[in-house]
Amino acid sequence: MNNKDLPGLYVHVPFCKTKCPYCDFYSITDPSLIQSWLDGIEKEALIYNREWLPAFDTLYIGGGTPSILDEYGLGRLMDILRNSFSFAPDTEVTIEVNPDDITASRLACYEALGINRLSIGVQSLQEAELRFLQRRHTAIAAERAIGLVQSSGFRNFGVDLMYGFHGQTRKSWTDTLERVLSWGPAHLSCYQLTLSDGTPFGRMVSEGTLKRATEEQERQFFIHTSHFLQDHGFIHYEVSNFAKGEEYFSCHNLKYWQRAPYLGLGPGAHSFRDNARWWNCRSVRDYCRLLLEGKRPVAGQERLSPEQVRLEMLLLGFRTARGVDMDDIVDQPFNGEVLARLTSSGIVRVEENRVSPTLNGYLIADRLPLMFFSLISFFIKVFY
Amino acid sequence: MKHIRNFSIIAHIDHGKSTLADRLIQYTNLVDERQFRDQILDTMDIERERGITIKSQTIDLPYMDNDGREFELNLIDTPGHVDFSYEVSRALASCEGVLLLVDASQGVEAQTLANLYAAMEHDLVIIPVINKIDLPVADIERVKLEIDHELGLDPDSAILCSAKEGTGIEDIFAAITGRIPPPAGDPEKPLSALIFDAHYDPFRGTIVSCRLFDGTVRPGDMIRLMSNGTTYKVEEVGIFHLAREQRKELTAGMVGYIIAGIKTVSDTRIGDTITLDANPAPAPLPGFKEVKPVVFSSIYPIASDDYQSLLEALEKYKLNDASLIYQKDSSAALGQGFRCGFLGLLHLEIVQERLEREFDQSIIMTAPSVQYRFILTDGDVIVVDNPLYYPDPAKIKASEEPFIRAAILVPERYVGAVMKLCMDRRGVNSHLNYPTPGRVEVTFDLPLAEIIFDFYDKLKSITQGYGSFDYEITDYRESDLVRLDILVNGEKVDALSILVHRDRARDRAVTICERLKEEIPRQQFKIAIQGAIGGKIIARSTVSAFRKDVTAKCYGGDITRKRKLLEKQKKGKRRMRMVGNVEIPQSAFMAALKTDNE
Repeated sequence: MNNKDLPGLYVHVPFCKTKCPYCDFYSITDPSLIQSWLDGIEKEALIYNREWLPAFDTLYIGGGTPSILDEYGLGRLMDILRNSFSFAPDTEVTIEVNPDDITASRLACYEALGINRLSIGVQSLQEAELRFLQRRHTAIAAERAIGLVQSSGFRNFGVDLMYGFHGQTRKSWTDTLERVLSWGPAHLSCYQLTLSDGTPFGRMVSEGTLKRATEEQERQFFIHTSHFLQDHGFIHYEVSNFAKGEEYFSCHNLKYWQRAPYLGLGPGAHSFRDNARWWNCRSVRDYCRLLLEGKRPVAGQERLSPEQVRLEMLLLGFRTARGVDMDDIVDQPFNGEVLARLTSSGIVRVEENRVSPTLNGYLIADRLPLMFFSLISFFIKVFY
Repeated sequence: MKHIRNFSIIAHIDHGKSTLADRLIQYTNLVDERQFRDQILDTMDIERERGITIKSQTIDLPYMDNDGREFELNLIDTPGHVDFSYEVSRALASCEGVLLLVDASQGVEAQTLANLYAAMEHDLVIIPVINKIDLPVADIERVKLEIDHELGLDPDSAILCSAKEGTGIEDIFAAITGRIPPPAGDPEKPLSALIFDAHYDPFRGTIVSCRLFDGTVRPGDMIRLMSNGTTYKVEEVGIFHLAREQRKELTAGMVGYIIAGIKTVSDTRIGDTITLDANPAPAPLPGFKEVKPVVFSSIYPIASDDYQSLLEALEKYKLNDASLIYQKDSSAALGQGFRCGFLGLLHLEIVQERLEREFDQSIIMTAPSVQYRFILTDGDVIVVDNPLYYPDPAKIKASEEPFIRAAILVPERYVGAVMKLCMDRRGVNSHLNYPTPGRVEVTFDLPLAEIIFDFYDKLKSITQGYGSFDYEITDYRESDLVRLDILVNGEKVDALSILVHRDRARDRAVTICERLKEEIPRQQFKIAIQGAIGGKIIARSTVSAFRKDVTAKCYGGDITRKRKLLEKQKKGKRRMRMVGNVEIPQSAFMAALKTDNE
């Protein structure tokens, strides 16, 4: 399946019918720019098609809301990509879809276009929660959409869910999980609600009109989710991601986490190759304008130092069950002692020369990388 | 032949000393308008920012009076803080007169009195100057009354002035030339010159500022410093305009500088007498004393591999500040560092700030301590300024701490609050004195340790800025002292230990534990912070463990954002120290120093 050496391709569809109050991805609700955006994608693909000669073995159409694209728009996008790049025979082709947008004909179109994996943004099956999240669909609509997916040819579909918001009960969350499992998804992404500054929810938090869940509540939800899904045969292979088997891991996302090369097309998309990262401007208009002027729509770039490479390996590694290569950890003084401490306190485990987070490790994954960046002075006490 | 006057300006802080000096300098056209900037004598950034004079400077003002007589007016600037009172006294010893500056709205304050007494000790002609008469709240009549009643000076002799607006400046020049006597002294007698200051110049070594009482000194002379007998060959002499101005000789009565290949300012002693090696003065000038530090604290580099760089910074700093003393120190918690002695808390802050700003050092300082005396059962007496060297309590027969006599001048309505503050700080032997209606001079004996932290800030806040304060160290008194240790997860953090009076130990322990609780970031286990005397726990607080710290989404392909967050945290970690398995940030050490909860 996934070949770490082959690159992945990402296309950002920066359009949504409505904005969700928790989302801080870039998207706009004005569909009139879709044509210009497609023209932009076409130009951008032409810029990169000579630089990215090896075949991609994943394609991920994300957003935004990619399912906002009609058959024509999506068809044109796929044509552009196929004309510009080559893809491995069994390429994983994913599209993010909103339950509201799913119809039998749309699904047939996806299949015809070679899309073989759906990521369905269900978020919740509790009506009250869906209203709180200001989603377009209802639980009933989601059930209906899944019914269509099941009766279509798609076997590899994943469901995105959100949990851990203030007021949510363990009972309602478990109910959502149980109903979703009854659909037989191959993959689940369960994201704890993040209240970021700059989003409407973030502003509500600072105004005091929205409460955060307590850290303890979040912890319990996280553990419960993992236990529940593992009991139902899922592998908790990344902090927020679960799969029915290794063959259902999101190959595309693995590229991010394993620092495989990827090319991102579209406004705000990120790319990575040979320890260089670059990212496009976020504004659709700027993106289109720059491409019309024959320029790359790049807003920023960086070349990673060995220290940064190491930090990335740890920060990404500790978010996945695969963990971090032992050799990348013990190359620094004191890290052996840190590792021993974390192992004995059940935060990580060491197997086959890899250090992987336990469930408790996942819970503090943001803290783990720096624990292995001890400065000499920082551990001065160890000398005594 | 020019006429010489040597004078100084003395004032309570903020009464406008630097502004008046600026005005006098401008009046003599020594600097053109282009070069002029405010607080011209305060050359250090920190002096300008804080509006204080740290290092005194001297300037020779050329002046011609209405009769065409030419004068050399030597303005000997003095540092304006009680920490530097010895330097002030040596500067005053070099003068024949002073301008005693009083703010027209604030009136006489504690330091005005202290300054007056200092000037009187040297038999100086005192010219009262009421400054800031332009202020709408100026109350000249009241201030005159205070000058009469509190200072015992003739209020009619006071000059009205607004240094800011330049009014009264001519009257001041007239008073300096008319009322202050010319210096006495015999140029033919053996050389006798008082060192009142020393500066370091990277190209010339130490520039000694001195006042010649008798004799003459010329380049080529061999001079001798009378306190230690060291000799140097004079390379250059001169006077201070805004820059140094070379002269053929300095003679009796003059104020100027001597450059004599003296490497560091620490090789000179303020208050020492310079004489000629070949024809020495029979006795040194009176009043010399070794300046002793009164406040002690340890300085550690935040990253222990910066020890060498800190050492070099201290060496360089010391070139220009003889009053800082330091020696090697080491702490189990903080590694290698330096134990330093300071003239007072302001001096400590100045050193800290200059090390960080001018020498780019990242440092942790431990809680300031005074020098305690312990009389042991075997009769030995040991002096301890570092809690690390607190003796075995079983062997202590008696312990003593330094006391000060504090003089606080406040409007009557604040007396109650001031009394309470002093009593809270273990003050004893209070006296109230009513020099003018509505104003009270409160005197108290207080332990020095109680005032070195935040006493002055506290006083200012409870008196809404009207209280002023001056003190002198008087004696050592018996005191029930204990060492308060701070434990983090059972491990003693030696750098946080303090010596404290037994009655104050619990309060301090509770405060420090609470402060640390706020400063120490949560870790994946619970952290107990305890205050203990001997083995006995007297205070504790707990930092709860963090149970979850993970972002749900790794933002698609945007790894940069996540990594940058961690890089920022990683930078912060450089400012942390590990004690056992607990990360303690630099800020925690700082916070623990602050004593008050309020």
